[in-house]
Amino acid sequence: MAGFTWAVGDMGSSFFNAKGAISREILNLVDKNPKVAYINSDGTGKGNVLEEYSKKYPHRVYDVGIQEMNMVTSACGMAKMGYIPYVQTFGPFLLFRAYDQVHNDICYNDFPVKLIGTHAGTSSGLGPTHNDIVDFAICNALPNMTVMAPCDAGQLISAIQASENYPHPLYIRVPRGEEPMVYPEDLEMDFQIGKANEAKEGTELYFIATGSMVFHAIKAAAALQEDGIDVGVFDMHTIKPLDLAAVEKAARTGRVITVEDHNVNGGLGTVVGSAILEMGIPTKFRKIGIPDKFVPFGYPETIYPAYGMDAAGLEAAAREMLA
Amino acid sequence: MTKIRIESVPDLIRKTGDIRKAVVRAARNIPGMHFGGPMSAVDPAVMIYYKYLGFDPDNLDDPERNMVILSKGHNGILFYTIYVDMGMYTDEELYGKYNTIDGVFGPHPNRKTIKGIEVSTGSLGHGLNWAVGISHARQDMGIKARTFVLLGDGEMEEGSNWEAILYAASHHQDDIVAVVDFNNCSASFETNENNRWGEKGGAEGLADAFRAFGWNAMVVDGQDIAQMDAAFASIPEVTYAGKPTVIICDTIKGAGVKFMSDRPYAWHQGGLDDEKMEEALALVEEYTQARLKEVE
Repeated sequence: MAGFTWAVGDMGSSFFNAKGAISREILNLVDKNPKVAYINSDGTGKGNVLEEYSKKYPHRVYDVGIQEMNMVTSACGMAKMGYIPYVQTFGPFLLFRAYDQVHNDICYNDFPVKLIGTHAGTSSGLGPTHNDIVDFAICNALPNMTVMAPCDAGQLISAIQASENYPHPLYIRVPRGEEPMVYPEDLEMDFQIGKANEAKEGTELYFIATGSMVFHAIKAAAALQEDGIDVGVFDMHTIKPLDLAAVEKAARTGRVITVEDHNVNGGLGTVVGSAILEMGIPTKFRKIGIPDKFVPFGYPETIYPAYGMDAAGLEAAAREMLA
Repeated sequence: MTKIRIESVPDLIRKTGDIRKAVVRAARNIPGMHFGGPMSAVDPAVMIYYKYLGFDPDNLDDPERNMVILSKGHNGILFYTIYVDMGMYTDEELYGKYNTIDGVFGPHPNRKTIKGIEVSTGSLGHGLNWAVGISHARQDMGIKARTFVLLGDGEMEEGSNWEAILYAASHHQDDIVAVVDFNNCSASFETNENNRWGEKGGAEGLADAFRAFGWNAMVVDGQDIAQMDAAFASIPEVTYAGKPTVIICDTIKGAGVKFMSDRPYAWHQGGLDDEKMEEALALVEEYTQARLKEVE
């Protein structure tokens, strides 16, 4: 397919499977590096590999129970002693319940704690209490914090590997774990924190998408290409620090649409729009995401189309901007 | 290795006098400084820093060291005056650029700018949670050492503490020693006026709450150095099989300066002019001498 950096013909043939990928990758690090710790909040489960590891390494792989505040600050205690803690739970509980701890103990103290917030955006399918449509906003404003949103399981593994020796706080948002794969599994990706992946080059318009929305943006770009409309896609897996070179390249086409499973206020669209304004590049610009409201119940399969966030909605938005 | 250790009760009382005077002088230098809390916490802090911590200003990064975490971060001035007393900083270094953009010291301790500070604090109810993670790390490393966490009684109302209290006891983190400066009032309420620690209320009620969660709890007169010395000496050895310990120090906000302890709310924060400072220093001297008489 013309213009695509990666073959996307197989897109959707396998799934994100974040749940398995996160644990497997972090436990690999636990085996390899005696300083890596893995801390959960009632996420160990029964009879699985994580439970085994918590018995094998009781002080590096531990579960505080349903105590997000204790989870976050105790991870900082580990980091103070020279450990590399990975902290994982549902994104909304991790960040909302323990935001004071994330702000003061991780970011102000500036310890290299890695936060993994699962069920990103509206992916939980459990309604607004379990959705996380504000994490970019509240993490973007945290000094010392790096914010990432991998788009599939392969990229998630790359992100975790890149994070191991990262010297500052880092937040990785991952969706529920049943999202389609974006890139071929055998792809050797040059993954760098803070450097966007250009999934497709374009000349007329760019989608700048993140996380689970990259799949939909690439699909929309492919459909537009079939009509000879040359639309590019940046997979912005790191929201902060933002890849300004990628933003500039996209803006030079004169048309940018940002796509995120997040409130349209305060997230990817906001930081990209602000960057374009500061660059002084005249650009048509639109933010696509969750409107500033608590969305009804439902899985992304129903929510994305309702807010024009799926491939069809993005394709329509691009045609409208190009008209 | 020059670990600081003052053995005798009279010498410890003299040291509390030195530190109280330093805190009074600080209030002359720093308008609006938190005053009542640091004054009540002088005695527990002296017990920790000058006897039971094994503090070594020349070896601050020893992984096997005992640690102290100032969970009541608004009492930073108390630790700073102790560091000056130990020769780690001069008065000029402490006050010259206090709370300025290129200064080292400010109202709440910053681990990155102030040597001796283990973790940056200020928001209440974080210290015990730090200690939980430090305990896991120590056990993974095979180190037996203690973490003293200095808290306020008002701060004990924060829910995050009780996550750590539940977890630490459940996991036998007996390297954790909570030291509560129970000075009987927060900025707005005196003990039992708003929230009440169980049926007994007060320090004894808080001790029962800790015990219910599986802690070894003691209540002492927090301005009685001999009593506190006995309590600190009785902290069980670290085995990672026992109970964490809490020493609840029943104290008086503004202790040592009568015009402050009589009006603790007025002196939660405050400042002193030269005349008031001299009056306060004289009162501290009188207070310290009276306490020395009791033990000598």
